[in-house]
Amino acid sequence: MRKGTLRQILLITDGCSNHGEDPIAMAALAKEQGITVNVIGVLDQDTIDENGLREIEGIAMAGGGVSQVVYAKQLSQTVQMVTRKAMTQTLQGVVNKELKQILGSNASLEDLPPEKRGEVMEVVDELGETVELEVLILIDTSGSMKTKLPTVKEALFDLSLSLNARIGDNQFSVFVFPGKHGNTEKVLDWTPNLESLSSVFPKLTSGGLTPTGPALREAVAFYFEKKRSLRGLISGDESYFEESSM
Amino acid sequence: MNHTLKNHLCKLSVGTVVVGKWHHHAYKIIKLLGNGANGAVYLAESKRGLVAIKVSDSNTTILSEVNVLKRFSKVQGVALGPSLLDVDDWFDPSVNRLIPFYVMEYIRGEEFFTFIKKRGKEWIIILMLQLLSSLEKLHKEGWVFGDLKPENLLVAGMPPTIRLLDVGGTTLQGRAIKEFTEFYDRGYWGLGSRKADPAYDLFAVAMIMIHACYPRKFERKENARQQLSEMIQADATLRKYHKVLMKAIDGTYKQAIEMKRDLVAALHHNDLLKKESQPPLRKTRNQRKMQRKAKKRGGIVETAVIVATLLFAYVLYLYGQVL
Repeated sequence: MRKGTLRQILLITDGCSNHGEDPIAMAALAKEQGITVNVIGVLDQDTIDENGLREIEGIAMAGGGVSQVVYAKQLSQTVQMVTRKAMTQTLQGVVNKELKQILGSNASLEDLPPEKRGEVMEVVDELGETVELEVLILIDTSGSMKTKLPTVKEALFDLSLSLNARIGDNQFSVFVFPGKHGNTEKVLDWTPNLESLSSVFPKLTSGGLTPTGPALREAVAFYFEKKRSLRGLISGDESYFEESSM
Repeated sequence: MNHTLKNHLCKLSVGTVVVGKWHHHAYKIIKLLGNGANGAVYLAESKRGLVAIKVSDSNTTILSEVNVLKRFSKVQGVALGPSLLDVDDWFDPSVNRLIPFYVMEYIRGEEFFTFIKKRGKEWIIILMLQLLSSLEKLHKEGWVFGDLKPENLLVAGMPPTIRLLDVGGTTLQGRAIKEFTEFYDRGYWGLGSRKADPAYDLFAVAMIMIHACYPRKFERKENARQQLSEMIQADATLRKYHKVLMKAIDGTYKQAIEMKRDLVAALHHNDLLKKESQPPLRKTRNQRKMQRKAKKRGGIVETAVIVATLLFAYVLYLYGQVL
């Protein structure tokens, strides 16, 4: 179990998609492939519109992840919290699955008396600390998000600060959408440290379309590609944690 | 789903009776004590009297906090956090779900800042020294408190004693801090990592002291270290602790006890300076003079006692003569 890797997509956006496939469907696709999708909605001074909110919650639910809507100012704290929460959620799913194997098909954590749950939780805690984590960060740079990008960058530094305090290894990569020549554009390939982001971020230009669905699909494809190339390299199946219902 | 459930848990109405599924204890909600991202704490009435009860939509939160509270209770003879009384699930009919909760001792007290405002700034240092003693014990057990902030400090009892609340951030040393608040987090200030070590808590202690003297919250600037250093220098209460606070901010202290010792030293150093505003050399001469004066005074008393005794003996003698 300890050798596994958690895979997440972290989508940072401020509203509704208006181009391409349904992002909720693409999030479901990601989940099918063992990738959790988390969404952070960034608010302006005023509130987010109802449709945007529904889409944000829908993507996270379909992607087996966590969603949170915040003001730009609170972004740092939220990004790390959402990521940690989703990790715990996934790991607890994994541990629950193991429990079912030990205790029988209908058993879950809630069927254990509270006194006995503590040890299970310690296992989850321990895994959360040591597991390898891959986070693909997908940033909406369309329209009004542009002014929030410096805050987003700060939040991502903060995220790597939090996650690199863990014992387990981390890999990050960053994509923005829409890209210069397509739906998405890779701005940072897999790296353990987000510090290198500073050089690529200011160059971004933002356009009008918001292709959230296609961007998610391409992110999943990027994960798939990585897995395949790894498989070719070490000719063994790389294990990863699959999200399971709790 | 999570969102509405969370809202619901923050708004349990007064009089709601929470009954445990496993242990069947009943708790009647009296009022909301506080709520955060991970749940809500209520004051409740039970057979054992008043208790604090924490409900959450997340089993994980409840379980890891219970784990920490259990460890706390093993640290004997010191009240690090509230003691744990019960852990259970409650079937809430209005959401048709099992809600995990735990019950702890209700600590009647005042929030740190409220207390300082009422009783005066001189309490800051005393309460911080108490806090450092508690932290020392916690660190010795291999833990770091993590989310150390005034809201999690309660001043209770007579004599006023500081108590730690909300163990959600308590982390084993060497791991990543579980929960924190930016303003008190050395990572946010760019002054260290989020790996749990005793120095992480000591940084927060320094920030609490600064915040106690600058009630309005401020934001970090380009050079955070210099910014904090200047703020400490500019405040009359903090100035005397400048060296100690900067050492805590830089993460120089490896143990709470070291910081405590230096704070005490700074406190008394200041008292000496206050008494005599003359330079140190003069001061020693002055002290010597005072000592001499004291000696002289001692001599006079001695003489007086001898004279009194002699007089008394003489009077006795005269009395004897008369008889």
